[in-house]
Amino acid sequence: MADAKIQVRNLYKIFGRRPEAAFGLLKQGRTKDEVFKQTGNVCGVNDVSFDVEEGEIYVLMGLSGSGKSTLIRLINRLVEPTAGAIRIDGVDVASLPQAELLKWRRKHMAMVFQSFALMPHRNVLDNVGFGLDIAGCKRAERDDASMKVLRQVGLDTYASKYPSQLSGGMQQRVGLARALAVDPDILLMDEAFSALDPLKRIEMQGLMLDLQREQKRTILFVSHDLEEALRIGTRIAIMEGGNLVQVGTAHQIITQPADDYVRKFFKGVDTARYLTAADLMDPALNGRSYNGGPRVPAATSLNDAMKTVLSLDVPVGVIDGKDQIMGCMTAKSLLIKISQEARHV
Amino acid sequence: MSDPLLKLLESGRDLLPLGKWVNVGVKYLLDNSAAAFDWVGHVVEAFAQSIEAGLIATPPTLMIVAALALGFWRLGWRFAIFVGAALLLIALTGFWPQTMVTLGLTLSATIISLLFGIPLGIVCARRDRVNAWVRPALDFMQTMPAFVYLIPAAMLFGLGRVPGIMATVIFAMPPVVRLTSLGIRQVSSEQVEAGNAFGCTSGQLLFKVQLPIAMPTIMAGVNQTIMMALSMVIIASMVGAGGLGNDVLASIQRLDIGLGFESGLAVVLLAIILDRLTESFGVSRGTRES
Repeated sequence: MADAKIQVRNLYKIFGRRPEAAFGLLKQGRTKDEVFKQTGNVCGVNDVSFDVEEGEIYVLMGLSGSGKSTLIRLINRLVEPTAGAIRIDGVDVASLPQAELLKWRRKHMAMVFQSFALMPHRNVLDNVGFGLDIAGCKRAERDDASMKVLRQVGLDTYASKYPSQLSGGMQQRVGLARALAVDPDILLMDEAFSALDPLKRIEMQGLMLDLQREQKRTILFVSHDLEEALRIGTRIAIMEGGNLVQVGTAHQIITQPADDYVRKFFKGVDTARYLTAADLMDPALNGRSYNGGPRVPAATSLNDAMKTVLSLDVPVGVIDGKDQIMGCMTAKSLLIKISQEARHV
Repeated sequence: MSDPLLKLLESGRDLLPLGKWVNVGVKYLLDNSAAAFDWVGHVVEAFAQSIEAGLIATPPTLMIVAALALGFWRLGWRFAIFVGAALLLIALTGFWPQTMVTLGLTLSATIISLLFGIPLGIVCARRDRVNAWVRPALDFMQTMPAFVYLIPAAMLFGLGRVPGIMATVIFAMPPVVRLTSLGIRQVSSEQVEAGNAFGCTSGQLLFKVQLPIAMPTIMAGVNQTIMMALSMVIIASMVGAGGLGNDVLASIQRLDIGLGFESGLAVVLLAIILDRLTESFGVSRGTRES
């Protein structure tokens, strides 16, 4: 298997006056609280390692103060790491000298911000062209590229408007377009849709997924909203107090939460929606009770599983990748599993 | 009396001869850097002289039409009518030449203030330590009674335009320094991060992100600097700076309320025109995003 696009290894960020001393103590095995008491330094990111594969949407989730926003800023070094390596395409970004870092930021990475962070003195077209302008791109070329991206996000008719004349959702489309205009291979999105109302948020998530289907980019997405993470994330990494608690697909997070902290995010989220036939079946009802009736693959979604079970009114077999029967779904087994999930709500 | 401090005071008045030290300091400057002050004086004189000559050489009609057009462009026809009427009034009461001299002094002092004030404000925004030193200095410059600056200014630069302009620069510079610094500091951290994330050099960050976003605030500072400069160049007539201040001063000396009103009115009208025009440049094309 090819190396991951982004490889983060033993990354630390310590805030305070003398981070080296605090780092030494952490290395000796002291806890973050002990280090804070002794040195007054706060550990924002504590020995974090993970891989992001090319073309995936990797969601960093956590409560505020969990270090997710710090972590995403370490990737493009808006925050300087205290220790550790960030290898992107084999280059250690953490040790790039300043001049190289600027080139790297201009070519490979773009960022979308929670508060949009548009430039009020530039119109929409010039906001979108901001990154190209900084990189020294000529006016005509820049405007062409910006118009193209504006069409992709559906704002081409607003090119000459100013940010203050747009709604929040439109402003973030501009923010997204500004990031896409430099054609980065990595997109960093910091709570990009959190400031939008729920309907606009879902609309923007859809837009992002559509754009992702057109051209795959590696996206690091910070969110505190599990529903959002489940919707868009190829994989989800859950952070607590500067540590990575769990990394997995939506299905893994829902079905095998690592601890109560992870489980806490389920509150108010319809987790049953992410269950598959494999979760919904009754494994006790295996081969014996099943005699050549209908069967569905293990990865079948809840919706499809319910339709099949209700329309056939007989036990439905669930098969694994090798066509082996793993168990059977009945209306009863579905109801039991869904009611179990419902207690989180 | 048993208060030890009061006892000390009775023993002699000059326990802390601050004033004497300042005298010695200014005298020292005068003795040792006369050449430097002369040079600065010449530069300022040449600069102010050319601005004043330009304003006086411009035919009043042309000037009025130009001001009217500027007023119309920035604020619309109502203000244009006001500008026309105000300038006509100044011309008809016979204060045109003095007004142009005052305008010239104000512009010279303002330009010099901005030339030093804006860069100083930028440095203050970027370096907390510089800011910690500059802030009390600005407080001092702004609150020291304006007349007091005229004394060292006259001692160092003689009488005439130059000491007037120098004293005005000291008095009028603080607002633009303060508001430049404030404006840059108020640029949201995410906007600065956006600049950095897209690979801005520190120069690009300043000129493409921080200064443009801070511009409305900086323009408010420029506006205040101009207004303070105008009020100070009137006072500077005491050291022979000339202009409308001479008439105001004469009206006080002669208790001529009529002259006082006419010259004062010219100052007021000039102030309103300058204020509204510079203010109009401070309004950004859209209100700031939240």
